[in-house]
Amino acid sequence: MREEEISFRKEYFIGRGGGGELRRMLNRLMGGLLLVSFSSVPAWAKGWQRFPLVDIERINVFVLSVGFIFVLLYFLSRARKGGSLYLRRIAGLDAMEEAIGRATEMGKPIYFINGLDPPHSISTIAAINILGLVARRVAEYEAPLKVPNVDPMTYAVEKETVKEAYIHAGKADAYDPDSVYFIAGTQFAYAAAVSGSLLREKPATNILLGYFYAESLILAESGAATGAIQIAGTDAVTQLPFFVAACDYTLIGEELYAASAYLTRAPLLLGALKAQDVGKILSIATLLMATFFTFLAYAFLPTVQESFKEFFLNLLRTA
Amino acid sequence: MVTIAIPWFIVLGFAGFTVYALFKPPLRRWVAISIALAVGMYMFFQFFTTTETPAGEYFNEWFQRFNKWAIIISGLTVILAVGNLLKIHILKVKKLQPGWGYSFITLLALFTMSLFGILGIQFQKEGIPWYQWTFRWLWKTFNVALDSSMFALLAFFMASAAYRAFRARNMEASLMLATAIIVMLGRVPVGDYITSAFPTLTSWILMFPNLAAQRGIMMGVALGAIATSLKIILGIERPYLGGAK
Repeated sequence: MREEEISFRKEYFIGRGGGGELRRMLNRLMGGLLLVSFSSVPAWAKGWQRFPLVDIERINVFVLSVGFIFVLLYFLSRARKGGSLYLRRIAGLDAMEEAIGRATEMGKPIYFINGLDPPHSISTIAAINILGLVARRVAEYEAPLKVPNVDPMTYAVEKETVKEAYIHAGKADAYDPDSVYFIAGTQFAYAAAVSGSLLREKPATNILLGYFYAESLILAESGAATGAIQIAGTDAVTQLPFFVAACDYTLIGEELYAASAYLTRAPLLLGALKAQDVGKILSIATLLMATFFTFLAYAFLPTVQESFKEFFLNLLRTA
Repeated sequence: MVTIAIPWFIVLGFAGFTVYALFKPPLRRWVAISIALAVGMYMFFQFFTTTETPAGEYFNEWFQRFNKWAIIISGLTVILAVGNLLKIHILKVKKLQPGWGYSFITLLALFTMSLFGILGIQFQKEGIPWYQWTFRWLWKTFNVALDSSMFALLAFFMASAAYRAFRARNMEASLMLATAIIVMLGRVPVGDYITSAFPTLTSWILMFPNLAAQRGIMMGVALGAIATSLKIILGIERPYLGGAK
């Protein structure tokens, strides 16, 4: 890539202003370790920079993503070989079985309530994964299941998911095509209709999963008023307190993504979960390192403090 | 662009479906997994490509195309969804099942809004504003008012949830109660009137312990999202096949 680009990258990764030889040396050292510092551009990197497809601004994300993929593949191969993987208890997921059993005994329906986001949102995908597992268990117990929907695309996907789950459970005859239904395309119309249904039908179990907005408390409080067991899970940080207050069990953030591995105990899924844990440990280690080195620089080498700060910020910058 | 995409989409859809139907079920599954893998990997690499060079632009063309396909598919699913809505509510009214009145209102609202919405667009060029005006009037008078009412109800739900959550049953609940009192007092003028420490303490709680916990959750969510995406791209988890093995 052009000389201007290289000089821009140098400035971008090293930072502006003076700092002396020590600052430059530290940048080279750290950059050499993590392949993102361009204090001196090696020959191979120049060629790579000229490659017309790569967006150099996102190269750090690419390096970290590929690294994460390798960690994931390592744990998948370990899981395939049958290595033991420890999984901490998640009360909300342990209660899922009990909640379905309770609904079966009472002869009352189980409500699976989605968040508002469309199916290309990752939290909705996680919710659909769990719906498949819940529907299979519900089919085995022959309990009534109701899945109201706000998004037409989610409705179409969930209808197929529930149908497939009944077929896999060997209970295709018990499948009710109207168990997954579309309500309305707007937030509060959906909230009003679902909370009305909850109050009229008084279900035994409510499972609220996905990405929720202001309707979360309306749904959860209506469910709590009927005395149903409520299991909620969301990665919407602003809605978590409402679920914690109104539901019996809450899956917080990443627990929503861990649910399918936890419920099925499939080795491959558990392997992916372990990779996630390693990613978390590395993120924590990076943050601790950043804090430690920046603090150290602040206390003893004020001239390099900015370099440290910029280096770590650039390392984790996504755009 | 959409008018060009639709015939292509239909032709490719039929061709794809015919080829797909020729395969036996285990092979069909692998076809679906291969498509998911190819498209998933493309989307992954697309994120790291530039649009500023001709090669990059060419590579990104398919990204735009996939997005348009997603819009078309979502449009088609609306037909399915409305069909389902009609089926359920017409049956309910026909059989006079409990709550059929609500179903009747739903159907009435659906047909009225659709009628005035479609007529409004149809006669837009001919200068008949009556339909559009009626549509807007119905929207503002009913929908906006009802939406606002539902949103306002949130205040009462919040009060009842807070009452349950803030009962000092144990150490953690008492701590939450104390924090809530400080934050609530710090956010209203009367708190500042009692002591200026309330707003300062509130800012500290929100900016440090609260933000630290939120960022911790968000980091876990980001990693979970990446892992879930990879599981789907690599075919380890297949929600699009109904969880089939």
